[in-house]
This record gives sequence, structure tokens and C-alpha cells, in this order.
Amino acid sequence: MAIEVRIPTILRQYTDGQKAVEGSGDTLAALFADLETRHAGIQARIVEDGKLRRFVNVYLNDEDVRFVDGIDTKLSDGDTVTILPAVAGGMA
Amino acid sequence: MLTITQDLYDRIVAHAREDHPDEACGVVAGPAGTDRPERFVPMLNAARSPTFYEFDSQDLLKLYRELDDRDEEPVIIYHSHTATEAYPSRTDIGYANEPGAHYVLVSTADADGLGEFQFRSFRILDGEVTEEQVKVVQAY
Repeated sequence: MAIEVRIPTILRQYTDGQKAVEGSGDTLAALFADLETRHAGIQARIVEDGKLRRFVNVYLNDEDVRFVDGIDTKLSDGDTVTILPAVAGGMA
Repeated sequence: MLTITQDLYDRIVAHAREDHPDEACGVVAGPAGTDRPERFVPMLNAARSPTFYEFDSQDLLKLYRELDDRDEEPVIIYHSHTATEAYPSRTDIGYANEPGAHYVLVSTADADGLGEFQFRSFRILDGEVTEEQVKVVQAY
């Protein structure tokens, strides 16, 4: 089962500079565990205490997975997962 | 150093003025690898807050797809502070995830006695803030 994962600039240090990598897994959690086996360190940048980090957005195809099933969102062969750190800040 | 046209500079300040008292935010995109800000892209502050900004998550996806398709980068990521000086806060530093970007801050308050609409630019890398000179030009 092949999932295309689009990697943001800040995480390309884990993918030898590649903008997209392939992974597998029937859920997002399984996919990130699979990526970790080839791109050590990447999982902790996306997942914390078994949940998606608050300021990392993950999209399944066009949909923010927070509005699906979060890290338990199910994946199918041919899906594209996009990871984008939030653009956020402020004086608070 | 950030080199920016007067027109883009004015548009960033105008956006900060319009959205006050909320924080305004957006990017100026430019061709990848050029470090040249060209395309002004104001974003909606999904937090609609005077003390916090966050790009809406769907808008963010659309923006990055567009940048990818056009072979552009977010050369400038800007936002306003509405009561404090135009200097990155701890929050700004914590969430700065574009090592190649110029982080521009505009203050809509006269927080440092230098007048309103101070416009400053920074690099934020691994939690470290470096202020840089801003050079305003008529055209590139």
C-alpha cells in the first residue's frame, strides 16, 4: 500500500532534502511509524503523546485530518498526505 | 538584509492598519531561490485575535499548493503586533517554521516611542532571532 507524503521544508532534513516520500500504513499513526523506520526523527516532529502536534497540520488529500479522525484517520492505497506546519504566532 | 519595494511595504502596513485591533498576517511570495518578494498574499487570521494569529488550515494548504505549482517560496511571512513592539515574541519564535523566510513584524502601536507602524525584519532559525536591515526600493 503506497501513500505519497509531502514533506515541508523544515522536515526535509529527515528526508535527504526530498519534497515527497513514499510510505505505507492503514492509518496515519501507522504511516508515521513507517516513515520513522527510514527517516529517523521525523515522527517526533509530527506526533506527541500519541496525538498530532497542535501546530502541525496534516491533510489527507484535501482534508485537514483534525476534521476526520486525527491520527487514527484511515488511509487507502494512492492517498496523498501533506504535512504543513501551522503559520502562527502573535504577542500572546 | 531584506530588499522590498515601496509598494509591497505599503501594502503590508495597510493590511496591518485595516485589521487592527486584530493581528494581520500574510506572505509575500517570490520565485524559488531568488529571495525576491513579489506577490502579495494577505491571509485571513483564523484566530481573529489582537494577540494571536494563525493562517486558516484550508487556506494554508491552498497557499502551499499554489506556491508549489508556481515554483515560489514564502519569501516574507508578515504579521502585526497591536500593542507591543515589532519584535518576535516567544510565541513567534516557537512557531517559526520557515528557516528561509524573512519574518516581518509591523506594530500598529507606538510601543517603543519611535512612532506607529514600525516595520522590522528578522530571521528566526532554531529559536534564534537575528534582526536584519530593511532596504526599501522603488523597483527591483
